[in-house]
Amino acid sequence: MSLPQPKLICRNVWKLFGSGAQEFMASHPAPTLEELSAAGLVGAVRDVNLDVRAGEIFVIMGLSGSGKSTLVRCLSRLIEPTSGEILFNGENLLAASEARMIEIRRHQMGMVFQNFALLPHMTVVANVAFPLEVQGIDRTSREARARQMIELVGLSGKEDFFPRQLSGGQQQRVGIARSLAVEPELWFLDEPFSALDPLIRREMQDEFIRLQSVLKKTIVFITHDFDEAIRLADRIAIMKDGAVVQSGTPDELVLSPATDYVAEFTRNVSKAKVVKVASLMKPAGAGLNGIAINAKATVAEAAPLFAEGNDVLRVQDDAGKTAGALYRSDVVDMMMRG
Amino acid sequence: MASPAPTIGAGSSRLRRMGLATGTGTLVAWVVALLAFGIVWQTAELYASWAQEYPKTWMVPAARWVSAFMKWLVNEASFGLFTFTDLTRFLAALVDTPYTAARSLLSSGLLSGRGSSATQVLPPLSWIAVVGVVSLLGLYAGGVKLALLAGGCFLLLAVFGQWDSAMVTLASILVAVPIGVMGGLLIGIAAYRWPRFEEAITPLLDLMQTIPVFAYLVPILVLFGFGPTAAVIATLIYAMPPMVRITTLSLRGVAQEIIDLGRMIGCTRRQMTWRVLVPSARESLMVGVNQVIMLSLNMVIIASMIGAGGLGFDVLAALRRLQIGAGLEAGLAIVALAVALDRLSQGFARKLSQRSPASEQRGLVARHPFTLAALVLILATGLVGLAVPAVQAYPPALEISTGTFWEEGVKWININFFDTLEALKNAVLLNMLVPFKRFLGELPWLGVVGLLAFLGWRLGGWRLAMLAGVLSALIAATGQWEKAMITVYLCGVSAVAAALIGIPIGIAAAERDRLWRWVQVVSDTLQTLPSFVYLMPAVMLFRVGDFTAMIAVVAYSLVPAVRYTALGLQKVDAGLIEAGRAMGCTRWQLLTKIKLKLALPEILLGINQTIMFALSMLVITALVGTRDLGQEVYIALTKADTGRGIVAGLAVAFIAIIADRLISAGAMRAKRRMGLV
Repeated sequence: MSLPQPKLICRNVWKLFGSGAQEFMASHPAPTLEELSAAGLVGAVRDVNLDVRAGEIFVIMGLSGSGKSTLVRCLSRLIEPTSGEILFNGENLLAASEARMIEIRRHQMGMVFQNFALLPHMTVVANVAFPLEVQGIDRTSREARARQMIELVGLSGKEDFFPRQLSGGQQQRVGIARSLAVEPELWFLDEPFSALDPLIRREMQDEFIRLQSVLKKTIVFITHDFDEAIRLADRIAIMKDGAVVQSGTPDELVLSPATDYVAEFTRNVSKAKVVKVASLMKPAGAGLNGIAINAKATVAEAAPLFAEGNDVLRVQDDAGKTAGALYRSDVVDMMMRG
Repeated sequence: MASPAPTIGAGSSRLRRMGLATGTGTLVAWVVALLAFGIVWQTAELYASWAQEYPKTWMVPAARWVSAFMKWLVNEASFGLFTFTDLTRFLAALVDTPYTAARSLLSSGLLSGRGSSATQVLPPLSWIAVVGVVSLLGLYAGGVKLALLAGGCFLLLAVFGQWDSAMVTLASILVAVPIGVMGGLLIGIAAYRWPRFEEAITPLLDLMQTIPVFAYLVPILVLFGFGPTAAVIATLIYAMPPMVRITTLSLRGVAQEIIDLGRMIGCTRRQMTWRVLVPSARESLMVGVNQVIMLSLNMVIIASMIGAGGLGFDVLAALRRLQIGAGLEAGLAIVALAVALDRLSQGFARKLSQRSPASEQRGLVARHPFTLAALVLILATGLVGLAVPAVQAYPPALEISTGTFWEEGVKWININFFDTLEALKNAVLLNMLVPFKRFLGELPWLGVVGLLAFLGWRLGGWRLAMLAGVLSALIAATGQWEKAMITVYLCGVSAVAAALIGIPIGIAAAERDRLWRWVQVVSDTLQTLPSFVYLMPAVMLFRVGDFTAMIAVVAYSLVPAVRYTALGLQKVDAGLIEAGRAMGCTRWQLLTKIKLKLALPEILLGINQTIMFALSMLVITALVGTRDLGQEVYIALTKADTGRGIVAGLAVAFIAIIADRLISAGAMRAKRRMGLV
């Protein structure tokens, strides 16, 4: 199975705050934390390497101060990285001119903000149409497009409201509609649900999954909530002190955390609800028959099938071909350990 | 000569209790400093008279330099393609065109021909039209109540026969406000964008806000001549700095996310400024617009001294002739105008922040009801006015003059209470003002400079010490010491009186909701009144002199003392008050041991504001015959002597800056000590 091409590649990206960061970086290509603090600099992003593949949800997870928001702003050059390379569709963004960046941001990128960043003096429809207005698109066509987006996020009927007349969840729907109005290839979401109540947050996550199943965007999603990360992510990168400590699929993180720091997050996660059958299966012997389960199902979803007394399930891929065997003992083992 | 020493000692112990100095080291430093001061004072007269009185031979002829510079500017300065005079003429023309338009519209009508041979081609807006338009504005911005208030205020202008003067004043404001707002906005945006530019203009803004208004009337008089144009330019210079500051502050207050959004959707710099930043900040920007309007009104009144005409001129003329009635009438008209303009601009600010959903599919009439109604009104009254004069101009027969009424009132007070008032005035003069004035006058300049520098060092380190020392030395070096001491004395006495009256009111208001609401209404109104207005009642009762000046200054500078005290007390953490109550504090203990202690920094800031207000008012009281720096500036103004005016004006600004920096540093220290910062 060949992986889709990376849409966005991040190579050795550094962002140092403090005076003389540029010169310091030139003389110290790979400074340690001690060297940085000795020079009076703060390493907000340290030597980050990532690649985000087309059509995947890539989650960057970290606690506050871990540098995740700085990183996502480096990816769109809202913050100028101190050094490194950011390749978007193969083009190095750090070498792009200001005019080229405006072009790219206008047509290929969209962003959703934690506190919504709605313009208070504009109605919902004007807010959603604003990115198009900035591009100089005429009123009729930009508002038509905006109304489509508003319908897509389920806010029809609220077009002429002002932001302060909406609830937090509704405001963020406006933010989402606005970021989608330009049909971006790359969609940044910076802690989009963190400012919402837990119940609304859950609802918005479901809504987000629904939207993505229709839109199939390439997504960089920032969160400080590990549960949200494993719920939404195709792949996750965990950040600490500006550096990525581990990146991989939710299964990989849960099954083999690279450091104690990562293990701390995964400890309270119910593994069976995260880990896919494919990660737990063993090679299938010849002539395996019986009940089949999809390789992409979670272990928790497979468990009830053992209730009828089977010891082994046949694991199949999307085409129905046998991919491996899932044993009762492995499943019980995992569920017993939480 | 030993008697004043304990006074100073008492002062230092009070300072210590206020938390300005703590610990034994500090005590020693204070004792040493005060001893040194005492020695300088006692010995200077005998051994070193140069330390007592600044020697004439050391005098810096700053006034002559400034005058020479102005002469050079007017006669010789050139930028190559054009001379400086060309520039000022160009600026004057820039302001003159809209001013003429506004004045034709409101007051003189469209004229053809020049001077006295001019004939009126079109009449100005009728009084009914103006009152109607103002009411419509009120209706649009704040409903029926505001419409009645604004319309009522304007109607008063007509009824009391102040219409023509008021319209002249209004015309100046209508020109000055848009230019001031736009100019301030643009400069503010520039300062927001380029930190270098901000660094360059900040000291200039500080100076413009502390230098007394009379002082820059002098160079403007020289550069732009006598007349309404010069007045509008002076108004602009006075009203613009707050707009600049508010613009930079409110742009800086825009959330980082909104800025990120703007960049993320690919805004160009211009789109970023005008589509994202300015609209997002508009609520706080409206505060600036309100400020510009109120300051313009204040200045247009004062600028009547260089030919603004209008209501200010009426007050000024009445003051000069001591016609209390006429002056009071014009003063009340200013109040009416101020209240109307203030409430209208606040109404518009509120309107902006709570717009309801707009519906667009309606006809022209339905979409612009107010504009159309105003146009219809103007046209209708204009046409009817051609036939019926009473519609065009308010019929003089229906005017009510209250001038004689006030005149009689004052006469009655003076007949019945003359002795009481006179006794009060003399008692205060003899027992408070004169001794304090004499005491300050006897202090050696070198000692005072040293003591100020020492205070600066204790409160804010070497930089503040340098600032306080150098600025006060400069006052001495330019030969302003004696007059400066009179200014300090009048300002000090007034500020102390204002604080003694204002702080208790603030304390009382902080705990009683109903009283607080009243205090707010009263102080809001007092703050909208131009400073000129305060002179009238004081002169009425006490005629001219230091005491009158003091009354006016106290009245003007009372509001900040009340307000900051009340706000400071209300801001005290409720948890701490509860804790105090739980420990069984009595009300009095709660107030003195917890609330006042914690509110101290705020109260200090209030006192600071009181001093600033007092200084700015003090200069204006030159009109009622004080002998301080303000008088110096006023004389310079009447003689168009730029050097003299600017040097004296700068001396006032220096006093303001020294007081402001020292008190702010003290408040900061107190805050830091209590861990509030």
